[in-house]
Amino acid sequence: MIEALKARVNGDEALVRRGRFLTTTFLLEVGQTGWLISIFEGRVMSVTSGPFVTPSSSFALRAPEQEWEKFWSSRPPPGSNDLMALIKRRVLKAEGNLQIFMANLRYFKEALAKLRSAGEAA
Amino acid sequence: MHLDLFGRKHRIYVEEAGEGTPLLCLHTAGADGRQYRALMNDERVTRRHRVIAFDMPWHGKSSPPSGWHNEEYQLTSAHYTTMILDIMTALELDRPILIGCSIGGRIALHLALEHPQAFRAIIGLQAGAHVDPYYDLNFLHRPDVHGGEVCAAIVSGLVGPDAPDAERWETLWHYMQGGPGVFKGDLYFYKLDGDIRGRVTQIDTSRCPLFLLSGEYDYSCTPEETLAVAKSIPGSEVTIMKGLGHFPMSENPQEFLKHLLPVLEKIKGR
Repeated sequence: MIEALKARVNGDEALVRRGRFLTTTFLLEVGQTGWLISIFEGRVMSVTSGPFVTPSSSFALRAPEQEWEKFWSSRPPPGSNDLMALIKRRVLKAEGNLQIFMANLRYFKEALAKLRSAGEAA
Repeated sequence: MHLDLFGRKHRIYVEEAGEGTPLLCLHTAGADGRQYRALMNDERVTRRHRVIAFDMPWHGKSSPPSGWHNEEYQLTSAHYTTMILDIMTALELDRPILIGCSIGGRIALHLALEHPQAFRAIIGLQAGAHVDPYYDLNFLHRPDVHGGEVCAAIVSGLVGPDAPDAERWETLWHYMQGGPGVFKGDLYFYKLDGDIRGRVTQIDTSRCPLFLLSGEYDYSCTPEETLAVAKSIPGSEVTIMKGLGHFPMSENPQEFLKHLLPVLEKIKGR
């Protein structure tokens, strides 16, 4: 499912344009499963699943599987509709160099919301 | 409007529409009075109310006072209270209905406690007694993160899922237009200085009726927090607004008015 990110993000011209100054690799953890997501100038270049021996990333987003499932449902319930809502409830941990995450917060929110069943924006 | 506030000269931008009972509107942190544009343009409100919204100093079209360029803006409970009461005096408002959202909802609780005689009724939107910080507020004001972009992105998820796109994005545009450090300075009141947890129970609704309305999708001031405040204040009336978020009057005015109009009717009947 996470692999779909590449086509869905890259297929959204406006999102890619807003990410044109963003080049990074970040780690997404869905429960025990990790994914390294590489972005070059707003385009997702690769989505690689773990386990990793020595993963290298600018920052990591970690939440239990059931929390991501709610976040990725077509109409997420209150408290699960946004990355900041998950952070507020202390179920999503954002760790690492968060300057990259915060400077591109709208991009990351909208990119990850692409994995919702209906592909809705955040 | 020219006004001395806290011993300094200020120029405050005020908008108003309608005639009748004054309805004084307080915007959220990091935004401005445009959040009440729909109320000012709805005949159901303006035929009986003089709707007034001012931009707080540093916000919207109210420039910061002279000397601002070497200061860090921080909103305190004391300054916020003084500002509202002084503006009411300057506009010669006789016991207005007060409606405030988020930080405006918080100060509404302070005013309900400390100045109940000054208001006909108080309506707190997204009003909680306290919010713990849940991210590093420094990200809102540093040179390597665009202030406008990050402020809007921080709050974007606070808009409810049913908000029409035009209203959602106008609400966020206001955040994108905030001055450097202003949203952060407002949050000093919201997350640190304005904590009223220990005192809300002392609010006496027989002196000033209190209505609390909160959107279901607000994760900053959650429905649970509003319900807890309501439960601790005898005589307060609470409504949880389905599908709405943190900016009801701005993100989805038509849905919000379905909840507000009955409250205004009740206030009229008192």
